[in-house]
Formats: sequence, C-alpha cells, structure tokens
Amino acid sequence: MDAAPSAPNGSTAPPSAGTEEEAPIHILWINAGLSCDGDSVSLTAATQPSIEQIALQGLPGLPKIAVHWPLIDFECGPVQGADTFIEWFFKAERGEIEPFVLVIEGSIPNEAIKSEGYWCGFGDDPETGQPITTSEWIDRLAPKALAVVAIGTCATYGGIHAMEGNPTGAMGVPDYLGWDWKSGAGIPIVCVPGCPIQPDNFAETLTYLLHQAAGSAPMIPLDDKLRPTWLFGATVHEGCDRGGYYEQGEFATTYDSPKCLVKLGCWGPVVHCNVAKRGWMDGIGGCPNVGGICIACTMPGFPDKFMPFMDPPPGGIVSSTASGLYGGVIRRLRAITRKTVDKEPRWRHTGTELTTGYRAPW
Amino acid sequence: MAPTTKTADGSGLTEMSWDPITRIVGSLGIHTKIDFKQKRVAECYSTSSVFRGYSVFMRGKDPRDAHFITSRICGICGDNHATCSVYAQNMAYGVKPPHLGEWIINLGEAAEFMFDHNIFQENLVGVDYCEKMVRETNPGVLDLAERTEAPHAAEHGYRTIADIMRSLNPLEGEFYREALQVSRYTREMFCLMEGRHVHPSTLYAGGVGTVASVQLFTDYLSRLMRYVEFMKRVVPLHDDLFDFFYEALPGYEEVGRRRVLLGCWGALNDPDHCDFTYRNMTDWGRRMFVTPGIVVDGELVTNDLTEINLGIRILLGSSYYDDWAGQEQFVTHDPLGNPVDPRHPWNQHTIPAPQKRNFEDKYSWVMSPRWFDGTEHLALDTGGGPLARLWSTALSGLVDCGYVKSTGHSVVINLPRSLTKPETSFEWKIPRWSNALERNRARTYFQAYTAALALHFAEKALDEVRAGRTQTWEKFEVPDESIGCGFTEAVRGVLSHHMVIRDGKIANYHPYPPTPWNASVRDSYGTPGPYEDAVQNTPIFEENAPENFKGIDIMRAVRSFDPCLPCGVHMYVGGGRTVQETHLPTGLSGLAG
Repeated sequence: MDAAPSAPNGSTAPPSAGTEEEAPIHILWINAGLSCDGDSVSLTAATQPSIEQIALQGLPGLPKIAVHWPLIDFECGPVQGADTFIEWFFKAERGEIEPFVLVIEGSIPNEAIKSEGYWCGFGDDPETGQPITTSEWIDRLAPKALAVVAIGTCATYGGIHAMEGNPTGAMGVPDYLGWDWKSGAGIPIVCVPGCPIQPDNFAETLTYLLHQAAGSAPMIPLDDKLRPTWLFGATVHEGCDRGGYYEQGEFATTYDSPKCLVKLGCWGPVVHCNVAKRGWMDGIGGCPNVGGICIACTMPGFPDKFMPFMDPPPGGIVSSTASGLYGGVIRRLRAITRKTVDKEPRWRHTGTELTTGYRAPW
Repeated sequence: MAPTTKTADGSGLTEMSWDPITRIVGSLGIHTKIDFKQKRVAECYSTSSVFRGYSVFMRGKDPRDAHFITSRICGICGDNHATCSVYAQNMAYGVKPPHLGEWIINLGEAAEFMFDHNIFQENLVGVDYCEKMVRETNPGVLDLAERTEAPHAAEHGYRTIADIMRSLNPLEGEFYREALQVSRYTREMFCLMEGRHVHPSTLYAGGVGTVASVQLFTDYLSRLMRYVEFMKRVVPLHDDLFDFFYEALPGYEEVGRRRVLLGCWGALNDPDHCDFTYRNMTDWGRRMFVTPGIVVDGELVTNDLTEINLGIRILLGSSYYDDWAGQEQFVTHDPLGNPVDPRHPWNQHTIPAPQKRNFEDKYSWVMSPRWFDGTEHLALDTGGGPLARLWSTALSGLVDCGYVKSTGHSVVINLPRSLTKPETSFEWKIPRWSNALERNRARTYFQAYTAALALHFAEKALDEVRAGRTQTWEKFEVPDESIGCGFTEAVRGVLSHHMVIRDGKIANYHPYPPTPWNASVRDSYGTPGPYEDAVQNTPIFEENAPENFKGIDIMRAVRSFDPCLPCGVHMYVGGGRTVQETHLPTGLSGLAG
C-alpha cells in the first residue's frame, strides 16, 4: 500500500517530525507461505489500532512506515517494469532498504522432499524464469531483517496445512529458522498465532514492535512459544463468560445451548487465547462465549491434537464430572440465595407508614 | 530499467508478466505476450504457485471435522466453505437443521457478501480506477473526468467523476476509508451470526450454536440499515464511474470481455423447502434466494442442480498433477441412479506432481474444471460471482420475496426507507457484455441484493424467535457409508463440496471453489481458462509506452474476476495474430517463452 509518501505534498509525516525527512521502516509482507491470506484479511478488521492509524502514524510515537503488503498494495506493475511490487523484496535483499520488518503468512513447505518444482513460490527468478520459493526468500531476507514476524498459526507452528498426512511437509517459521533464531537486532521470531489472527492482537503486536523500533518500548515480552505474553498468557476458559456454568456443573448437551460446551468438544480450558475475553471485533463475536467450541486454533498442537473437534476432550471428562458433582451442590445453595436477592426489601411499599428504620423527628 | 523482453521468435511480441499480482487474495501470476503495435494482448497464461493439498490430508479424518478444515481453504470466503461443507454433511448424515438455524446461516452469508464485495470493490479493485492510478496510466481520461459532472451527484455527493476517483485513492481517499469502516461493521454482523470471521466458530452440521435472541437480531438489523443507507449512495456512484469509462474510452467494453459462459450454483436456501436430500435437490435448488443456473450466450441452459452436479468434470492438461485414470471410482451412480463420470469430483484423486514451470506444457497448480453439456467441455466462469448470480437469477424468474424480485430479464431490488434516505429501488438489467466493467457493476448491485435479502431473512428469523421456536441445532449420527454434496455460491461464484464417507471416515473430499474455474489453465483439449481467455481478448488503452507500461487494462480485466487464490498469472502477447487464432490449441506452441 506504500503508505509513507503518498500525500500530495509528498509526505505524510507530521509537521513536528523535524527538519530531516524521516526514513521509513519498511514492512515486507510475504503472503505466499501455504496460506489462505486470512491473516491479511483479518488485520483489515482491526480497530485497536486500525491499519489506517498504523500506516498514517495515527498513534503517538509511531515511526513512519512503508508497507509492502500484497493484499492492498497500490503497486502492480509488470516484473522488472514500472512500479513492480516484488522489486521491494529484491531491494531488501541488496540491502537498499533499511530497516525492514519481514512478515510471513502461511506455513513453510519442505522443498527438499521432491526432485523439482515448488510447493509455493513468490515472484520469479529473473535468471531461470522459475518461481522463487518462499523458503528461499526467508533464507535471503531473514538475516537482514530488523525482526521476523510470523502471522497466523500456519506461519507460527505449521497449522492446518501441516496436518497429519499432508504432502508438503509444512512447518512454521521457527521450525524452519530455529526456535532460538534472533535477528541482527537481537529480536527473536515474533509469533502471533490464531486461525486467523484476532485482528487487534496482530495490530497491537505490530504497534508494539514499531514503538520498540522507535526506541520507546523495551524488548517485546514473549513466552517460550514466542507469543506476546500480554495477549496469550491466559487460557480461553479463564476469559470465557460460560465458565460460571462450568463451575455450577451445567454442561450443554446440544450446540445451541447457552451453557458450557466442554462436553461437546470445547478445548478452552487448556488453550492459550484471549478471544473469549476480548471478543472477535470490537467486543463482538468469539468462540465458546457465543456457542462455538474452541478448536484450539492458536496452539502448536493444532489441529491434530484436537481432532475430532466435536468429541469431548479426554481431560475435560474427568474435570467436568467432578464439577458436575460439587457444581450441583453450589447450584442448589445459589438457588436459595438467588431467591432471596430476587426480592425487594420489605420496606418498599405504599401506605401511610414508613418502615425503613428512619425515625422521623416530628 | 526496461521492463520488457522481446520474444526471440521474431513475432514482434513483448513478453510481460505480473507475478505476484497485488490487490487480490492469494498469489497469482499472469504471464503475457503483448503486441504493442496492435495494442492487444496476444497470449495469456495464468499460473498459481501455491499447493497445500486439502483433498490429500483430509482423507481418513472424521467427517464432522470437514467444515472446520475446509474453511481454512480461503481467508476471505472461508465461511462459504464451512457453509458448503455443512450442506454436504447435512446431506450425508440425513439431517435437516431447524428453520431458525438456516435463517441464521443465511444472515451470516449475506453479511459475508456485503463485507467481501465491499472491501474488494472499494479497497482492492477501486484503486484501479482511483485518481492516482488514472493519472499514471491515462492522464487524458483524468482530464476528462475533471470536466465531467457525475449524473447522480445528488445521490452520492461527488460533483465530478474525478471527485469520485480522488475519493478512491488509497488511504487518503474519503470513500476508501469509509469503505474500510463498512467492511468492519459488516464483519460484526457476520460475527453475530457465525461467531468469528473468516473461519466461523458456531457452524455445525445440523445447524448453528448461535444463541438466538431478540438482541441478536436487533444488533444485526441496526447495522444492516446503515448498510442499506450506504448502498443507496454506492449503486449510483459506481454506475457513474463505470459508465464514464465507456464514454471516455470508446471500445472499453472489450476489456476483459469473453463469451457469455456463466455458472452459478445457487445460494441462500429457503428452509421451508430445503430438506438437504439429494432426491429433492432439483426442487429445493430452484427455491434458493439466488437461483442456480448455467448461462451460455445469454440463454439459460439449466437451473437444475442435479443436472449441474452431474455435468461437472475435472480436466488436467497444464497442471502439476498425475492423472487418476484407472484409479478406484468411489461413486458410480448418484442416489437417483444416474451414472457419475470418473472425472467428477466425487471420483477425483489428487496426485501432486511438482515440476518445473513450462508454459508449453505444465505451468500451474490449478486444475481445469469444466462443465460438460453433452457435447462440449465448457470453460465456465463466474463473472467474479455477482455477474453470474444476477444473470442466472434474472433469467429464471423464480425469486420473489418483496425486497427482491426476478422479472425474467432483470432483478429488482427494493430498499426501504432508512435514516436519511427514502425508499429506493434499483433494477439490474442483463448487460450487453460479459466484461470487466459489467463484472464490477454487478458486484455493486449484488451488494444491494444481499442487503435486501437480509432484511427478509431477519424478519423470518424474528418470527421464529417471537413464536418461541429458538432451537437452532438438530442432532445427527454419522453413517458408516454415505455420500454428500454441497452447493452454494462463494463470494466469487460457484462452490461445490463433494464428500464420500466409508467406515465412518472421509474416503474422498473435493471442494471446488470459483477460482479453480476462473483461474483454470489450458485443459487437455487446449481450451484456455477464463482469465487467460478474457485477457487474450483485452485491448490496451493505457497511454504509457512499453518502458513505463503498467498493464492497467490487463489488471482491470483480471481483478474484475475477483481472483482469490494462492496462485499467479503470467501473460504472453503475439503480433499480427487475431484473437480467434490464439484460441486454437495449436496456437500455443512456438509462442510461449
């Protein structure tokens, strides 16, 4: 989308940005892993912040950026011609645009398991006329990147395309580069899982990284699976508004029930994800909180360790049986209390007598 | 840097490629040979460079997982896959969801159409028509646009055509930014019904997990009426913009034009009629709120879903797969006893064979779906989806719910009074051409069409809730042996899912989204796919010389189909050759670089 320099006066930088023309941080986005572009699409739904706010420096402290993002990029010229999108990737390889953040969407196939051809390519090699594989792009660009960001469960951990029985040998970026990989600036691979990413989760992570690049934030806090800790620290269940039903031992037996879905396939109690708490968009939507079983789409074990999705998780059977027992007792006690608190106190009435306890001075 | 390479064959053609193409979904490459003397694209090859293998890794899995998995095929219309899969499962399991569950799915899918067409039209395609792009490709056209008053300025508020173009400039354009916001609240509408976007959380075989309440539908309707109001501005705005191109560039109707060969598989079921049985599919197919149909040269060939189903063939020819001839045939006859072809998706085996790209032989991961009419294997396209849907619905004359009505030659859309605008009717009339501009125009009208339908669905759903019928899901059992098929319209057009269950597991599963049809490659008969065909017909109107040529007319032709694939397109153009000649299969050899 080439956001940086497109205003009529040639710059979108605020007047206070100083006398020098600020060099942008480039964001190079490769959507040609084994991907569906769902994470790109999802990001356009973000409002906290929105892509416009990020691109046009609509939040305080954001540096100027130039985004090279296939989904909405203005540039679309022919290969090696005028305004060619892919040329930015060659420029980055030649060290002509610094710094840049590399965003990878989709899982990385194993190109070594076949004799020729490609599982996935992104642009063409001018020498051979054959596609440049996505893994080759990672080999070329990752060593020069300020940071490598994996967007979506495919790019982070392999995801659905790395399912048992897949023909491509797909894996996540950390599997490909190594889990201990660090950029030249010492930043580990940043993983934002989700299938797709929750829109604001990614917008927020990108914002954090840009603040870090601008020198106003410390090293992004990541857990051992390289996830931002403030987004993925809690489980679905900890943020699910149906947790109360669980505690009371009330479990749905049909998918359209408002009760806890754990016996119908919900993996929420063991899944790191904030969607039930945060909602999908501006607080609307979600998964188990709105009747959709959690299939654990943010997890490294996704999808194989959670299939068949509509069967109850084995661990859930034990704990839900336990909560079924004590939950019944809790529920009865609460029913008594609720009956009491559902009634107004006796002094709210008409008539000539005041019974609130107030003593009139006359 | 010089962008172009002269071909070595002395044809005077210039090879040019666009790979990857931006502002579409997925990675698509277009390779061409362009004849700059004749200002024509002589040859075009569309190529896809990503393979994931759903049909391979779904084998042996639990059939109930199918909609969760297949949703991940696409990041912008995954919910269409989930829906189609749920339809196929309903058939295979013999379950009919409660009416309310079906209305909720319809409301979700209607929101998907409203969201997706809006973001694609304004934020992806719209940029091809924005002031910045027109200035860089046809400055003369921009001058004219500055001097041209917009005929419907009173409805949309932009005085000149150039004002409309400026409003579409990326990020800075007012309308561009408004459309991004619209794409958000329409996704909120979607999430109300299906949990989350784009991969739904609350969809299941047998219905939905959405808790149906008055609040649910009020939240949806409040947003829907904002969209209805928005469409009252957008339909006239796009009419003005697209009509202007015909006026500014005489002959522009040829851009992206191909023969009328349209397919529509029907969408949005009527629960009063749809029981998901194969036996009754012809009948309930005709009750859909978007009528299925195959339109050839302006005539309706059929609107019978059973006939449509049996005519589907998957051909190879230029794709990186080994053929499955001689492999096991899963389904020899449909449940009505009709024979099923070995090249039908029910019987397909996907055997990937990665190899070097060679435009004279194999050059894409996309296969070549065709529709067999008894004589020919037709390379149907979807017109990006909306064109085929409106065309098919208009010709059949079957839809009439007040808010929308098919007349046999047009579709009438009635939008009720909204906050600041009075009741408004739009009529989409069958256009003269199947070309880039009409695909784009249909996209806008179809947005209004689904908004109007959604009003009907919401009323029906609220009737159910008010009557106390709030069940949205029905129990089912997975049989040991069964088959199922699902038909719907994804945003970009025809979508089918074919499933075979054996021993309670998936034995075969083949989803066919619209893009394999549109982005398909030369088949075993040498017939090019729709992008290839449409681009090969495209004249060049761009004012730039080859040195700074952008290929905007080619991009407009390709984007009008709303490509949605991890794939790439490359095009080749040949000098002095007529378009008809390039359609001959033998015409490919010797030109491809």
